[in-house]
Amino acid sequence: MADKYVGKALKRIEDPRLIKGIGTYVDDIRLPGLLHAAILRSPHAHARITRVKTDAAKAIPGVVGVFTGADVNASCGSVPCAAAIPDLKAPTHTVLAGDRVYFVGHAVAVAVATDPYIARDAVDAIDVDYEPLPAVTDAEAAAKSGSPLTHPSLGTNVAYTQSTAGGTAIDEAFRRADRVIKHRLYHQRLTPMPIEPRGVVASFNQGEGTLTLYSSTQIPHLIRTLLPGMINVPENKMRIVAPEVGGGFGAKLNVYIEEALVAHLAMRLRAPVKWIESRRENAAATIHGRDQIGDYEIAVRNDGTILGIKSRTIADLGAYNQLLTPAIPTLTGLVLTGCYRIPAVKIDIVGVYTNKMATDAYRGAGRPEATYLIERLMDVVANELNLDRLELRLKHFPAPTDFPFSQSCGLTYDSGNYQAALAKAKELAGWDQLMKERTAARAAGRLFGIGVSTYVEICAMGPSAAMPAGGWEWGCVRMEISGKVTVITGVSPHGQGEETTFAQIAADRLGVPIEDVVVLHGDTNVAHYGRDTYGSRGTAVGGTAIVMSIDKIITKAKALAAHLLETTADHVEFANGVFKSPGVTNREIPWVELAGAAYVAKSLPPGFEPGLEASSFFEPSNFTFPFGTHICCVEVDRDTGQVKITKYVAVDDCGPQINPLLVEGQVQGGIAHSIGQVLFEQTIYDSEGQLLTGEFMDYAMPRAVDIPDYVLGHTVTPSPVNPLGVKGVGEAGTIGATPAIANAVLDALSTLGVTHLDLPMTPQRVWQAIKTKAPAGATV
Amino acid sequence: MPIPVRLRVNDTERHHDIEPRTLLVHYLRDHLGLTGTHVGCETGICGACTVLVDGKAVKSCTMFAVQADGSAVTTIEGVANGHLHPVQQGFWDCHGLQCGYCTPGMIMASIHLLAQNPKPTRDEVAEGLRGNLCRCTGYSHILDAVAQASGQPIRSEVARG
Repeated sequence: MADKYVGKALKRIEDPRLIKGIGTYVDDIRLPGLLHAAILRSPHAHARITRVKTDAAKAIPGVVGVFTGADVNASCGSVPCAAAIPDLKAPTHTVLAGDRVYFVGHAVAVAVATDPYIARDAVDAIDVDYEPLPAVTDAEAAAKSGSPLTHPSLGTNVAYTQSTAGGTAIDEAFRRADRVIKHRLYHQRLTPMPIEPRGVVASFNQGEGTLTLYSSTQIPHLIRTLLPGMINVPENKMRIVAPEVGGGFGAKLNVYIEEALVAHLAMRLRAPVKWIESRRENAAATIHGRDQIGDYEIAVRNDGTILGIKSRTIADLGAYNQLLTPAIPTLTGLVLTGCYRIPAVKIDIVGVYTNKMATDAYRGAGRPEATYLIERLMDVVANELNLDRLELRLKHFPAPTDFPFSQSCGLTYDSGNYQAALAKAKELAGWDQLMKERTAARAAGRLFGIGVSTYVEICAMGPSAAMPAGGWEWGCVRMEISGKVTVITGVSPHGQGEETTFAQIAADRLGVPIEDVVVLHGDTNVAHYGRDTYGSRGTAVGGTAIVMSIDKIITKAKALAAHLLETTADHVEFANGVFKSPGVTNREIPWVELAGAAYVAKSLPPGFEPGLEASSFFEPSNFTFPFGTHICCVEVDRDTGQVKITKYVAVDDCGPQINPLLVEGQVQGGIAHSIGQVLFEQTIYDSEGQLLTGEFMDYAMPRAVDIPDYVLGHTVTPSPVNPLGVKGVGEAGTIGATPAIANAVLDALSTLGVTHLDLPMTPQRVWQAIKTKAPAGATV
Repeated sequence: MPIPVRLRVNDTERHHDIEPRTLLVHYLRDHLGLTGTHVGCETGICGACTVLVDGKAVKSCTMFAVQADGSAVTTIEGVANGHLHPVQQGFWDCHGLQCGYCTPGMIMASIHLLAQNPKPTRDEVAEGLRGNLCRCTGYSHILDAVAQASGQPIRSEVARG
């Protein structure tokens, strides 16, 4: 099999329609008789609804209906949470509020009109009387007894507690320690902010009883699994379509109230209904990420040997459990030990309800939190013990020959060579020269810092045993009668580029020109089954289902070729799209001829089914564990607290790269999320639960001017978990970069004696730290 | 009360009677069916709705259609004349897009930028695209795309380790 396409930096097949502006996103869908919905949302974090008046709204010409929870909740079920957490205390999550609202943005009523502007007029004309109640906004305080309650009906704010231990005995590890180093870290709340807000269009065919739901989602198949239980339309009468989806980052890995509500309205009003989220709604009522406070204790010997870690995390879940809300903090615990041999761990998690939007999976989901904490702790330990931070890391890396490597949190890392990635990053960064530059800069009084992170993460989610709703993936490949190839995948790409990467894989393995391959996805009537796109699983899990299907087709095609070549299948050779049997006959059969024979079916071997189509479910035996080293240099402006990234080197090992250009794009995009997290971004609620970051104006995301020049490199350590050897790269940048940048800023400030700063390290926060530490009047 | 509006959009005369509060972006999308112009924030921050009005890059979500009365408007659908515009080609070649939602606005803003400054430095491009947010690419490939469109070397190729 010649790799004509795999491994090449090909430009994307999906791009022409997008750069011409003729792709179809949800808001671009036009249906005859389409109605428009707009949602009234709570301005209060916690309040009792004493009265809702909709008469004035209903009287506006063009308004078709105005509905409250009392009108629709009984028909829309409750929003599902798929996380399997023992003894989880959970409130019922109806689509519209009942007699109380629990967070700013909580949906209270919906107006439907013939025009979107009129629908918004109607929302403005709905009159709600609220009786404000005490809001719970501080997760740590909320976990204590006597706190006001987010959901008084639950009697507590604590949704669950989980306590696990792994490896050797933790108490023994701490007894043997020369020192116990304690550190507290806050992983701030973030808003994913895809540039396309969410949107839903629902259309119900009364005659067939079938519902078609277009949604800006990462998970059309999971919605098809979960929505039937909400709105009482059977799964096999439901078609979910994820058309072009304008970014997800986990924010669209969910079943939201609007999907059930808009579907219900379309059935109720016997007309298609569209709802498009505004940016304010997106900021308030689409999931947030992170928001974990951690207290860590690390037991060390004076020579730097780490004996064990204790972690106590308080996770702010927000007011409701969305699809995976309570599971995210448990993911943090799975990679708490990072890429290190740390014999003992103890992990305590407290999930707490507050009067805020739910947190859930945001790019990296649990692994950025874990990587940030372990990589910060490695620097803290190195500094406390006056050890070289790279040596400390190297000392605790498993050797390349130690893989598969069982770490203390219960996972088995598939393959790795952490030393090689670190060495490559040092080489690309010019490490020794950098250290000299730092010395010179510091001698000149400049605040110059170098940060390192060596990370490992969990990808290719995942083995079904570890996933809430199955972790397999489905794929189908059809050699058409014309010799063209149709690939159908159950993953649902929304920017990752699998129309290209899967075409590369299929074209090489089938020996056809890539132009002859079409990759279909995102429509449950076409891609019948799937578990969709999240957790960097597309290529490793979805790509493997494609490979399995191709293998089946080639096996079947060989049987037909043997029949046509008058030989047996074991004498048939297949290469470059041609079947032949050297030594038996000089005849060669290309795909187009073989496919024709398979479908026209005039001369088939006995028992041979016509056609050349195969589908497969791939069940991975393990996750994959990509890894790498990021090195970041920063310079901090003493007078303004402004941080400038002066150099950024990333070496990522995601196994063999199907398309290096796309890998580069994923890494760069991921690092940008980290630049945002470390330097600017934070979702802020005030003490009364008002959302202060409800617009792009208030939620500072990186712009082009904030991005450094990257030096990107890679090492290649194939995974034994799938036949492609690939590991996944969608979240690596975000996981590796946050601690590298944070460590660099703290390294820069270390000369002033600053040992800790919480994220985000905004100019104000950095300036305050400089001002506090540097004596007044001190100059460069 | 609808009022008349007359625009030249992508070299075609258009006139409609529209509600005066109709935003330019909604006029383009809903009345003319030009859905390549996207709405990302409705506050003029993200730039997904960027179009050219009389040659200048404008956020069409913060302009009423009637304010553009008498103007020539170019949208993403109007920039390729039989073949891709060099900026479109640059975005394609350099992987300057992932989900594609910000892309039409990015391309329109880049076209305006290059009209003002045909050979911008990388920093000038970054500065010129300050009004456009992308959450997918991390911008580096977008800067490459504009560099290529202006006939200048691409940074990323040099930096690949």
